[in-house]
Amino acid sequence: MDFGPTEEEAAFRTELRSWLATALPRLPPKPSPDDWPGRRAYDTHWQRMLYDAGYGRLHWDADPGLRLVFLEETELAGAPYVGANFVGLLHAGPTIAAEGTPEQRERWLGPILRGDEIWCQGFSEPGAGSDLAALRTRAVRDGDAYVVTGSKIWTSHAEVADWCELLVRTDPAAPRHRGISWLALSMDAPGITVRPLRTLAGTAEFAEVFLDEVRVPAAHRVGAENDGWRVTMVTLSFERGTAFAGEVVACRRTLAALAAAARETGRWDDPVLRRRLGRLHAEFTALWRLVQWNVSEARTGGTVPGPGGSVFKLRYSGARQELYETAAEVLGPDALDLGREWAVDRLSSLSYTIAAGTSQIQRNIIAERLLGLPKGGA
Amino acid sequence: MRFRLTEDQRALQSATRGLLERVCPPKALRAMADGAGPPRLDRVVWAALAEAGVFALRLPEDAGGVGLGAPEAVLVFEELGRALVPGPLAATHLAAGRVAGAATGETVVTRADGGLVAWLAEADVVEGYGTGGGAGPSGAGPSGVGPPGAESPGAGAFGAVPPVALPPGPGLPGAVPLRSVDPLTPLHRVPAPADPGPWDPSAALLTAAEQLGTAGRVTELAVRYAREREQFGRPVGSFQAVKHLCADMLVRTELARAAVYAAALSGDPAETAGAKLISDDAAVANARDCVQIHGGMGFTWEADIHLHLKRAWLRARTRPVAAEAEEAAARALAASAGPPAPRPSL
Repeated sequence: MDFGPTEEEAAFRTELRSWLATALPRLPPKPSPDDWPGRRAYDTHWQRMLYDAGYGRLHWDADPGLRLVFLEETELAGAPYVGANFVGLLHAGPTIAAEGTPEQRERWLGPILRGDEIWCQGFSEPGAGSDLAALRTRAVRDGDAYVVTGSKIWTSHAEVADWCELLVRTDPAAPRHRGISWLALSMDAPGITVRPLRTLAGTAEFAEVFLDEVRVPAAHRVGAENDGWRVTMVTLSFERGTAFAGEVVACRRTLAALAAAARETGRWDDPVLRRRLGRLHAEFTALWRLVQWNVSEARTGGTVPGPGGSVFKLRYSGARQELYETAAEVLGPDALDLGREWAVDRLSSLSYTIAAGTSQIQRNIIAERLLGLPKGGA
Repeated sequence: MRFRLTEDQRALQSATRGLLERVCPPKALRAMADGAGPPRLDRVVWAALAEAGVFALRLPEDAGGVGLGAPEAVLVFEELGRALVPGPLAATHLAAGRVAGAATGETVVTRADGGLVAWLAEADVVEGYGTGGGAGPSGAGPSGVGPPGAESPGAGAFGAVPPVALPPGPGLPGAVPLRSVDPLTPLHRVPAPADPGPWDPSAALLTAAEQLGTAGRVTELAVRYAREREQFGRPVGSFQAVKHLCADMLVRTELARAAVYAAALSGDPAETAGAKLISDDAAVANARDCVQIHGGMGFTWEADIHLHLKRAWLRARTRPVAAEAEEAAARALAASAGPPAPRPSL
């Protein structure tokens, strides 16, 4: 048991650090949060830079130890996060890599890695959020295609996405977990309407997607027909397993900046606030150690992360909200000024205990799959 | 990076668990808790622990020790915590190699800590009394108070601790027996110094490991009960309200595990303070939730849970207490805030 880097990790860190030092000054200026086409261009540009330097695949099939080094170093250097490439790099890509045919991997993985195409996630529906298996969007087989009708909601990046990982019901008569299939939907297909939704932060982060007899080639189904639930669980385990790891580093940086601000303004002299910041420091240090622990365990346990990711996701999402509540204490009246990045981040933090499975759903997963408690009950 | 247990470490863990099931079963603890008057330290059990290397674990082999390190000590103390083993375990372990007979279990060593001393009448040697309270040398641990950016402590976990032995017994000036909340740990109150001095990161780490053991053990007890106990015609563990309590218990335990194991590896005093803080919370909150999940049964003397809760309270009272640990973490945070952080603009 040690934190000592392997030779490969140490060499990788040195090389990555020096590449970041030359690459980051070449980045174009960051677009405003409301400018989705601008954000797409910026994020995919960064992905292309990573690809050209040989770092494109790091999010899914690299040694997990190297991936942690990558997340740590990019975050410490102030490099962009995955942004608009999030779904492609962290969900669809790993899922297609694990479950797709050779042709599917050939078609989609390269464009994701090069930043040529971005993906969105068509899982949630108005009647099927936390109860994902209640989804009703139907796909009826017609020759070599599926005809899809229904609607999706909370679809991040939908307006600028090229592809959507779409869950559809292909057998309405089957038990609800068994009649689902996982399709790759081209967002150019006729019959798709995208309507942006405004979040409580005031920006259009996500959208509703309406599907009216949209034709999807059967060859774009990933995994067997009606086996989409299992494929989805693979996708979600990536989402909960390691997708948030880099953000812990970001939170630690944020906390350090907050401490610096508290010292400048004299708020640091308030022992109640200072101890609260100290407690958060201990919390995020431990969360980073938990990431390292999970990754070290996963290294020997196969390529798909286990339900242990729910343990991390549950604690992390709560800690992140606590961080921004504490930030508001430090900022005082400025916390109510939306001209401040902090104030916007505080609003954004509210989504963390909802998105990617609510905290209540994570607790059910932990209780049933990790602790073996019986299903059901009110 | 290989942040997971090695085969040898897993073997040590399971061997320790097996030993403790034999020499310190719940039945024996129950008999001790139910006895009249303060408990007596079982010297036969103590000798068995010494024989297994609990106290000599980190002494070099050429000094008659086992020659292992802080990570192994943490695994062993996690098991001691799980099994609720009574006695001044950490103090005796930390005295091994400095106090004659501690490593072999012949000398039982306790410490004065924060105005309290456990097992005073049973111990052969008391450390830390009348020396400013802390057993560590100045600079061995963060004082927990002071301006941000003050000098960071030099020695990591398990730095040298000078022997400060005093004759034990009722003759210890100013020691007053308490009716200890933990029926398995007799306590005396001693005059606390105005300036308690630095706390000892080594003791903090071992105590945190014991708390981790408690957090994990009571989670198991709660889950077992929730699976077996039926109400409204089904196991209470099928109810979401109960499930969510159990899930939170596991989350606290796993975070504490990562924190404690990492502190053992890094030897960083601030990280150790954080591990103590997080594992104190995990042990106390989990034991409380375990009482809750057991319902009325949880409030009885017969259920063992209260013994775990009371021990967790007692360990949380040892230094660094929450405020000290938070201050230590705040100091580390202030130090880390030194270089400019470009991204979050204020």
